[in-house]
Amino acid sequence: MFTGFMTNAWLVGTIVAIVAGVVGFFIVLRGQAFVADAVPQGAFAGAAGASLIGVNTLIGLAAAALLGALGIGWLGRRGRRDVATALALVVLLGLGALFLSFSTEYAPEIYALLFGEVLGVSTSEVLPIVVLAVVSVAAIAALYRPLLLSSVMPELAEARGVRPARVETMFLIVVALATSMTLPVVGALLIFSLMIGPPAAARSVTSKPLAALVLSAVIAVVVVWASIAAAYDTNWPVGFFVGTFGAACYAAGRSWAALHGRRSAHPGRWHGAGDHGAGEHGVPAANVRV
Amino acid sequence: MAGPGDLLDVDRVSLRLSGRKILDDVTFSLGPGEFAGLIGSNGAGKTTLLRVILGLQAPSAGTVRVAGQPRTRRGSLIGYVPQKILLDPDMPLRARDLVGLGLDGQRLGIPLPSARRRRLVDEMLDAVGADRFGDTRVGLLSGGEQQRVLIAHALISRPRLLLLDEPLANLDIASEQDVVELLGRVAREQQIAVLISAHDMNPLLPFMDRIVYMAAGRAASGTTAEVVRPEVLSALYGQHVDVIRVHDRILVVAGRGAELAGAEGLAVPSATPVIHEDA
Amino acid sequence: MLHAIFEPGFFSSGPVHVALAAGGVVALVSGIVGSFTVIRGQSYAGHALADISVTGGSASFLVGISPLWGFVGVGVLAAGVMDTIGIQRPRGRDLATGIVRGAGLGLAALFLYWDTTHSNVTGATITILFGSLFTISSSILPAIVALSVAAVAIVAVLYRPLLLSTVAADLAAARGVSVRLVGLLSLTAIALAVSLSAMTIGTILSTALLIGPAAIGLRLSSRPGLAMAWSALAGLAATWLGVLLAYDSFYWPPARHGWPVSFFVVTLIFVAYVAVQGFTTRVRRA
Repeated sequence: MFTGFMTNAWLVGTIVAIVAGVVGFFIVLRGQAFVADAVPQGAFAGAAGASLIGVNTLIGLAAAALLGALGIGWLGRRGRRDVATALALVVLLGLGALFLSFSTEYAPEIYALLFGEVLGVSTSEVLPIVVLAVVSVAAIAALYRPLLLSSVMPELAEARGVRPARVETMFLIVVALATSMTLPVVGALLIFSLMIGPPAAARSVTSKPLAALVLSAVIAVVVVWASIAAAYDTNWPVGFFVGTFGAACYAAGRSWAALHGRRSAHPGRWHGAGDHGAGEHGVPAANVRV
Repeated sequence: MAGPGDLLDVDRVSLRLSGRKILDDVTFSLGPGEFAGLIGSNGAGKTTLLRVILGLQAPSAGTVRVAGQPRTRRGSLIGYVPQKILLDPDMPLRARDLVGLGLDGQRLGIPLPSARRRRLVDEMLDAVGADRFGDTRVGLLSGGEQQRVLIAHALISRPRLLLLDEPLANLDIASEQDVVELLGRVAREQQIAVLISAHDMNPLLPFMDRIVYMAAGRAASGTTAEVVRPEVLSALYGQHVDVIRVHDRILVVAGRGAELAGAEGLAVPSATPVIHEDA
Repeated sequence: MLHAIFEPGFFSSGPVHVALAAGGVVALVSGIVGSFTVIRGQSYAGHALADISVTGGSASFLVGISPLWGFVGVGVLAAGVMDTIGIQRPRGRDLATGIVRGAGLGLAALFLYWDTTHSNVTGATITILFGSLFTISSSILPAIVALSVAAVAIVAVLYRPLLLSTVAADLAAARGVSVRLVGLLSLTAIALAVSLSAMTIGTILSTALLIGPAAIGLRLSSRPGLAMAWSALAGLAATWLGVLLAYDSFYWPPARHGWPVSFFVVTLIFVAYVAVQGFTTRVRRA
């Protein structure tokens, strides 16, 4: 399983995992799991549209992902964040449905885009993926401190001259880029399992931000390797394994935290600005976001 | 001493959670028309005590009786004003709707519109001075306005005991005075017992009949003159404490000169283990 | 003039009747249930439940039961699981939702894969993901109506305690409301509503009917009952208009077999939402 066409899969898979782990760390910190979920689905519409016009799928993906991410940001400033995310997502999907209806035989390709296809990465796609990966990781590295501060304590960040809205927009762009690159291997519907399972597990194990970041990338890589191997062996979709292993990571993380006596099973001693308490019985407080 | 006419009777209540003693042998009682302050810093156990009285948390030892009834049957006897509620500006609930829920919010089904209901709600809004914003969404109310609406919600079902969790925490001075005055009036006129938790006793002084002072899970109760004394508070805190009176204000200060209490509230002394209230 | 809006045959077409009926019922339910969903910050959970019911839908092809029960059964089951692992608690709520959804979809991927390789059901993927409003058999209508009535009934019965526990959980608990149970039941109602709409109008797109009209209703009225009424009305209007446009679009380019209903409905809802956002503000009327 390590030769020929599989080389691409391993290579791209590893890169994808690292990016997913790094970006996912902040997604989990900021409580933006829904965004991580919505952007890839919207990107899928772009891919559909792109193949219609004969444009490279990856470009279509990236364009739609950017549109979706920025749309979420724009709508979110006018109204509730979760409503904005949901609506941006469904609009893009509606467009996707429209584009798909224009074309004819498409079923297997859709399946691959949605659920992932190990063999789906052609050699010509490797270079753009590497480029996107380097750009994404570099962007995160550059944004690291303002992003961390504005995720955990937005008011403090503002006092220090960091503008949370600006950081948010840039982060969303990075999410869009990371998403569009991870899609071909793992599939739109399961990208976010990679972006939230491993970081959630990492968070339960350590509360040092940099360590958690690195650990989340490492765990993501392990998940992807295991998924590719399993998919190769059984011929079942990669996405199934990513979803399952991602959930297993999350569960492992929570058990670890519970075993080590943290009072709340939810990880991390520092809370993202997306966490708001509202009393013992847990009705959610307003989803107030910057 | 507890008497038969008492509306609230807390008898030797203790609570242990995860090996820590959150409440330690707390005893006090309140009668009709009494306005009491539950004073203590964050971590002293005030919110936990309120939750025990409400029946949301079972004590490890001791009993709580409200108007003679034990814990499980207390439902409509207690009015409760929580510290905060959902502040979502989209929430489709006007002030008058929230107050209406005070009548029957725990009952299943949809309330049938009735003139009587509307009248009761209007009267209550009027009584707390909230009629001006009766039709405004609860999520858009200011801190002081929200307090009034919550108080109306609590009072509309005619409870015998009214509990408020840090109602003054987010108010400006003027609103503070208004709310305390309102509560004092309500206690007297309706002959109900009112227990307000706060970390600063000073705004309550003009109306407070008795004080329940808590530190590190222990409590001392009585009149202000009886309780707010160096001997009593020192025993409570487990270290030397001074009481300073400046004009009408009372300051509780740690013996070594480090200020324990002032306008902003009390700090738990480092010698006493810090116990989190929302355990 | 009327012919320009209503293409000939619209009112007499059998599939159109079924589409209007099923779509209408589903829109009303989603609008009503959706109001609580949005207010409780459970938009993501609603979306996740719709997707998870896909797993049920795809399993149903394998097992040979009617897709309706696959969607609804798994949806309700997932609601129970979400509640158990603490979806209702604010911290980590979205995280847990996403994980459950990821696992559920992974299973769906597997089932669909088995579907297509083992049982020769072509196009199952498309059908499940984008819905089949014009191809629903009318025999399923009674079941849809019954389940919709059940979902609305849950919300109606829970109305007061649900409102109270959403605004002030401690307050509700102090009055004897079992906040936990109320939360579980309301999540179940959401699961019912979204699995029904997932089946008729498409899993991914049922979210639009759940969230969009509700958000519109919340802006238009500050009274709970009225907000839900506006929400139901908005959803219904978008759906019926969407059906009309889809029918009218039959001969439109490029493929000349009609544009999808889901596209029209979603676009209409989105436009309405942005319009309402633009024309109303959250200014308090003191």
